[in-house]
Amino acid sequence: MLDAVKNQITQLKKHKFLFEELVKRDFKKKYKRTALGMVWSLISPLMQLLIMSIVFTHFFGRDKPHYTIYLFAGNLTYAFFKDSTYGGMSSLMSNAGIITKINLPKYMFLLSKNVASLINFGLTLIIFFIFAAVDGVVFHFRFLMLIYPIITLIVFNIGCGFILSALFVIFKDIQYLYDIFTLMLMYLSAIFYYTDTYPENVRKLFYLNPLYVYITYIRHIVLDGYIPGIKTHALCLLYALLAVGVGAWIYKKYNYKFLYYM
Amino acid sequence: MKKIELNDVSVSYIVGDFSTVGLKDVIIQKLKGTYTEKEFKAVNHVTFSIDEGELLGIIGTNGAGKSTLLKVISGIMRPTEGTMAVRGTIASLLELGTGFDGDLTVKENTFLRGAMLGYTREFMNDTYESIIQFAELKEFEDRRFSHLSSGMKSRLAFSIACLVKPEILILDEVLSVGDGAFRKKSEDKMLEIIKGGATTLLVSHSLDQIRRMATKVLWLDKGNQVAFGETKEICDKYEEFLKRR
Repeated sequence: MLDAVKNQITQLKKHKFLFEELVKRDFKKKYKRTALGMVWSLISPLMQLLIMSIVFTHFFGRDKPHYTIYLFAGNLTYAFFKDSTYGGMSSLMSNAGIITKINLPKYMFLLSKNVASLINFGLTLIIFFIFAAVDGVVFHFRFLMLIYPIITLIVFNIGCGFILSALFVIFKDIQYLYDIFTLMLMYLSAIFYYTDTYPENVRKLFYLNPLYVYITYIRHIVLDGYIPGIKTHALCLLYALLAVGVGAWIYKKYNYKFLYYM
Repeated sequence: MKKIELNDVSVSYIVGDFSTVGLKDVIIQKLKGTYTEKEFKAVNHVTFSIDEGELLGIIGTNGAGKSTLLKVISGIMRPTEGTMAVRGTIASLLELGTGFDGDLTVKENTFLRGAMLGYTREFMNDTYESIIQFAELKEFEDRRFSHLSSGMKSRLAFSIACLVKPEILILDEVLSVGDGAFRKKSEDKMLEIIKGGATTLLVSHSLDQIRRMATKVLWLDKGNQVAFGETKEICDKYEEFLKRR
């Protein structure tokens, strides 16, 4: 296991130049063709937030403090997940011309796509903090712990990207199925509503949804003012490792078979 | 020392309906039990070996398995049967012009391709000028790649792969593109690389070219190895075979 990790790291070092060039390419492609470029990718989640807060504050947020921040925390996490996994899903197929011609580690294409999503997420996160400050949320040292759900979420996203990109190579209709899946996931992630009105055992079911766990962690720190318990930490890690484990296994198993389907 | 050795190598593709139908259909087909997957042998028991500094010409009609064989040697595919040893760094030019990004500039694409072929950034910084000079694309370097003509694209691809002195060079129908002047220049460049000790695999439909350049020839037909050996002898036979068809 340790040797395998070491091996991967030397591989990465060897391909550092390629990785940088791929990141540059993905970044340029993502922003070059739109007039507003990067600004647009920030405007779009903010517009969504605006609409949601206009519509839902009336239903859910009337007697809750910082409802907009509550909404933003959910939206932010969900948008990052969606952006990263959609990018990840197409990462193999959109590079089919390269993969079928040159022998390169295939995960490089997925990781470079993820860097672009990560930058986007980082910028949205800054806006999130500005909103929180404006809304009167008290900043505290425990905010540093936000690094934990963020890192595990990044790993989780990469893992899901692995799985989806492999599926997409083989089944081209996975895109449409995934559209439906992400829509359902959004409604199940308690982005705009509260779960405290549900009975205790139903609330526990929410923890089966990885996104809900990451969102809840962030909300506890930013809004409720405490660091969640060990169980939440364990769940964050478990989902991340599970996704990456399954994804890496698929990549290893099908590494030379992807070609047949491209 | 033998640079490339293939021992009884076969390669199969999996063919079936899965690439046109989706997950939903496959699940339904599996439930019904009508799901089928077939194997297709693209390369069938091929054995050959070449020494350092040799140029192996690979000939055969369309669908003979030439490109599949090159994919196996360059490590993109694995042999389903048989063993293989390839010793040295490979620069492979399978189907020129693919793998470039039309939205990026010529310069950006050059660096990206260089990175894919495993060069370092320092090396590319040093070599970039000579690559672009050799490709005669200096005035196009900041243009979008999609604006280049197909001849220009292959010139660039050839230049990137050849200005780096690879130990093994794999060329698939590379020299049949570009205008006459560049074709002459690229042939000279290749001969220079080969003289410098590189081992080259060349797929070409130009028998003339194979006769001039190859030191050994491998003839494939429908995946099967028809002959491997001396250039003149096999080219003569192949020419006869083409006439008889």
